[in-house]
Amino acid sequence: MEEIETFEKEESTLEERIYLASQWQLMWWKFRKHKLAYLSLWVLIVLYIISLFCEFLSPYLPDKRFSEYVFAPPTRISIFYKGRLTKPFVYGLKSSINMTTFLREYAIDENKIYPIRFFYRGDRYKLWGFFETNIHLLGVDDGNIFLFGTDNLGRDIFSRVLYGARISLTIGLVGISVSFLLGILLGGIAGYVGGILDEIIMRTVDFLISIPTIPLWMALSAALPRNWPIVKTYFAITIILSLVGWAGLARVVRGKFLSLREGDFVMAARLAGCSELRIIFKHLLPSFLSYMIVSLTLSIPNMILGETALSFLGLGMQPPAISWGVLLQHAQDLNALANYPWILIPCFFVLLSVLMFNFLGDGLRDAADPYSR
Amino acid sequence: MSLGLYILRRVIAFIPMLVIVSIVSFIVIQLPPGDFLTTYIMQLQSRGYRLAQEEVARLADRYGLNDPLYVQYFKWIRNIILYGDLGRSFQYDRPVSSLIGERIGLTMLISILTIIFTWIIAIPIGIYSATHQYSVFDYVFTFLGFIGVSLPGFLIALIFIYIGIAYLGINVTGLFSPQYSEAPWSLWKFIDLLKHVWVPVVIVGLNGTAGMIRTVRGCLLDELRQPYVITARAKGLPENKLLLKYPVRLAINPIISTIGWLLPAVVSGETLAAIVLNIPTTGPLLLVALRSQDMYLAGSFVLILSSLTIIGTLISDILLAWVDPRIRYE
Repeated sequence: MEEIETFEKEESTLEERIYLASQWQLMWWKFRKHKLAYLSLWVLIVLYIISLFCEFLSPYLPDKRFSEYVFAPPTRISIFYKGRLTKPFVYGLKSSINMTTFLREYAIDENKIYPIRFFYRGDRYKLWGFFETNIHLLGVDDGNIFLFGTDNLGRDIFSRVLYGARISLTIGLVGISVSFLLGILLGGIAGYVGGILDEIIMRTVDFLISIPTIPLWMALSAALPRNWPIVKTYFAITIILSLVGWAGLARVVRGKFLSLREGDFVMAARLAGCSELRIIFKHLLPSFLSYMIVSLTLSIPNMILGETALSFLGLGMQPPAISWGVLLQHAQDLNALANYPWILIPCFFVLLSVLMFNFLGDGLRDAADPYSR
Repeated sequence: MSLGLYILRRVIAFIPMLVIVSIVSFIVIQLPPGDFLTTYIMQLQSRGYRLAQEEVARLADRYGLNDPLYVQYFKWIRNIILYGDLGRSFQYDRPVSSLIGERIGLTMLISILTIIFTWIIAIPIGIYSATHQYSVFDYVFTFLGFIGVSLPGFLIALIFIYIGIAYLGINVTGLFSPQYSEAPWSLWKFIDLLKHVWVPVVIVGLNGTAGMIRTVRGCLLDELRQPYVITARAKGLPENKLLLKYPVRLAINPIISTIGWLLPAVVSGETLAAIVLNIPTTGPLLLVALRSQDMYLAGSFVLILSSLTIIGTLISDILLAWVDPRIRYE
């Protein structure tokens, strides 16, 4: 019996597979051909996994201060010791204060080497707030490993970037979910009910699309009390970002509803006795869900950038919360920027994730459009 | 539809937008706890002044602080429309209108320069990409354009500042050399401005330019496939003349209409870039106002920036209808 089945599977030609494939499968095949978008998807998956396991992946706790090592440069990992290949290790770091400039200066101490230990037992932390452990992916005994250097308080920027990913990367997703709900609800009402409600909603959409968003975002987030707990500020920022973000989506949804509600398949469903809700959720929504996923993906970068900009200006997330925008706050100081360029490293992660989302969205758009070549 | 009727319709549709803008700005003013007058009195007291009781009552009446919210809103609007009174900045202790007046000009100048820059760069590249489709440079421009669309201006500004200081030894922040920053306007100050203004223009223009290249390329490719192009070629029209006289002219039309999305993005980008680059436009003042909860100033910025953007979009719509009569009949 099994043999026959495998035989039949081999027999089934490519054409048959296409014939039998679901809409989503077709899109997936098409998407996979878009190399750049496919790569972006994987980069993003890696980034999100990093944000999920940031406690384990970071060598130190994000708030741990090394007061001897303020603004220490990134530590280099070496694998050659006196010309011989060895296990990865780092050199010791000597810090001294230059008596003319009064700046801390660092020199590599070639006499001290610290091998990098994997699954190192370092500071205690609670993974996801539940599992208490002290295992970090890597660490060194006695010495220090600052892969991205340290900041003005001697905190490890690498660890902080990993922790920052948690807020910076999720705020886009949460914000998009809120925009998605608002967009479908209001766009659906405008398109399906029509009349005066349609007029009001669409004028609001026009307004939101045609004003500069940054000043409005700044004004709204400035009104948030500074002493709110992190979680509360987080959701407030998300809501502020989505208050503007839903507009574009609502316009798409409304347009689709208007063009599809006169369609034959809707008429057929109505004649078959479907309720209005069933028509909306079972027949109308799935027919343009792919378009919505594309426009959602393309608007995630705006949310990430919005949060980064607000936090960077000191209007969004507030320390001790850690997001990429918060980390970049120090870069506003021109002196610090000139002397300690590694404080710009979080900037690279913002650019990377934004770029990856744009590539992903572009690939999805090609895949979702059945008429593209 | 005649042009006059079209303009009338657009202007009528534009009024509700202004109303929503004003309501949102009013909400911004009302958002922080406490009202303007209490903050103002406290601010004065901390500097050792006391406001006379009659003065307090006069201000409270002028801004309707004891009235219900909707009355306050109408009084606020009335003051703006009748007297151009946007309220008072307690931090600077000056009328908001004069503070904004000083800065809005530069914001508009930079925004307009940015849009012109966008066109000057994007149109030739777009034309080149479309006429040399799938050539090496087309791919290069498409790829660069794609990255350009994604790059946020304020982060690029940070990188610019770093490169300027570390490698070129110049400070790219600010808009004037020190000796001109407080000087009255003169020809030399203007030349000094031109020396500095390109930094924000390039940074803010980056996103728009990249998007515009794609728009021009797409539109021109559509036009080039039209039969009239083949006809013109068959009749022996030189390629350059043919290109510039017909398809390019048609392909450029949507560019005017893109002001609608370009302008809000440019004003947003300018606000952020100005803060990072420390340029004396509206951005930094808005941030200061928000940080010190100087809400009449902050709310007025939202009001003025949004209104100007909407007016800009309206003008571009009317221009487009004037240039391309087909629009009016849609």
